[in-house]
Amino acid sequence: MLLGACSGPQSALDPAGREASEVALLFWVMLVGAAIIWLVVIGAAMFGGKWQKQPLSERAGLRIVLYGGAVIPTIVLAALLVFGLRLMPMLRAGEPELRITMSGEQYWWRVTYAAPDGSKVESANELRLPAGRAAEITLDSVDVIHSFWIPSLAGKMDMIPGRTNRLVLHPERTGIYRGVCAEFCGRSHAFMAFPVVVMEPAAFEAWLAREAAPALSKADNGAFLANGCGGCHTVRGTQATGSIGPDLTHFADRQSIGAGILPNTPDNRRRFIAETETLKPGVRMPSFGALPPAELGAIAAYLGSLE
Amino acid sequence: MLFRSETPNLWTLLAPPTVWALHFLFCYVAGAIICAKAPEALDELRLAIAAATILALVFIVVAGMQAHRHWGFGSDMPPHDTPTDEDQQHFLGLATMLLCALSAVAVIFGAMPALFIAECMR
Repeated sequence: MLLGACSGPQSALDPAGREASEVALLFWVMLVGAAIIWLVVIGAAMFGGKWQKQPLSERAGLRIVLYGGAVIPTIVLAALLVFGLRLMPMLRAGEPELRITMSGEQYWWRVTYAAPDGSKVESANELRLPAGRAAEITLDSVDVIHSFWIPSLAGKMDMIPGRTNRLVLHPERTGIYRGVCAEFCGRSHAFMAFPVVVMEPAAFEAWLAREAAPALSKADNGAFLANGCGGCHTVRGTQATGSIGPDLTHFADRQSIGAGILPNTPDNRRRFIAETETLKPGVRMPSFGALPPAELGAIAAYLGSLE
Repeated sequence: MLFRSETPNLWTLLAPPTVWALHFLFCYVAGAIICAKAPEALDELRLAIAAATILALVFIVVAGMQAHRHWGFGSDMPPHDTPTDEDQQHFLGLATMLLCALSAVAVIFGAMPALFIAECMR
């Protein structure tokens, strides 16, 4: 139980990227350093209380205060400062091979990839990255301050309305990680997350090409369009062109629904449409629980067919 | 008033932290202006901050040596709390000396980012 946070998809102690490795190293250096200092201080107190029977001279006491209280802490702080400052430029080093824009909205993530041919590929609520390549993430927000944090890959960076921040990620290990919003942004702040899929570069390129293409679906989208879903959501290649809510073009490929809150299964898709406001308080999408079960089923089935 | 002063006063006490404040302001204001107006001049900024740092440290060291003299070169130990002119001088001298040490460290810490900064953030 105690070690529950030390590994897994969302742990800064189990790094899968260069930035997170540096942060984890800094953490361990500080932890070990703090433990040593604690032992020395407590050891000195015990020595003074138990074994040292003669009081020290005033000069010796002042010397201990001077070295233990001022000189050594200054040297330790200077060393930590150098260590920390050295990390910062490294975190942005290198020409990025991939540029992605992520925008925070209450309570989901708009993701735009710059494809190799210069075109833009819209997606949402999931980030895919090639392992071993630098990816520059441009961060902004359209409503309130959010914060972009993938503990396994890097430290966090705020998403501030009216300002563009920049973060360079160097994922190194393939796998599925979890990113979160790390700045309180409203009622569903805790339900604003996203899966991060780090893939082999070749697989990533194939995925991006597929993601750029319009939706391929043989299922009937009548219920989806008739109930106005297309007013807020885009499914490229269909009449659904709304841009208020997340793009759903290749929805069936995603790991999760509702911005990282539920696994993407048929049951959950249906549940999210019917109980949106219960699952995600404060969300702009209304619950569609009043729809006839057949219509709900048809919409959920259509979403499940969007590969 | 500040240098070659026979006795310490509040001005000699305040001078080292004031140098620290000015140095701090210079580093950050110069950094902000260079990054906003001429990001390519980062090396010149580094040199300017190095020069300001050396200047500030020289001032602080000289002030520290004077404070050491005002303290009576440590001829008696603190607390300097008897109501005599000598103790008042020793107290101000020691306080100034400690402030000099603090200011010197703060000036060095404040200048350190200039060594590591690699680019102006876009």
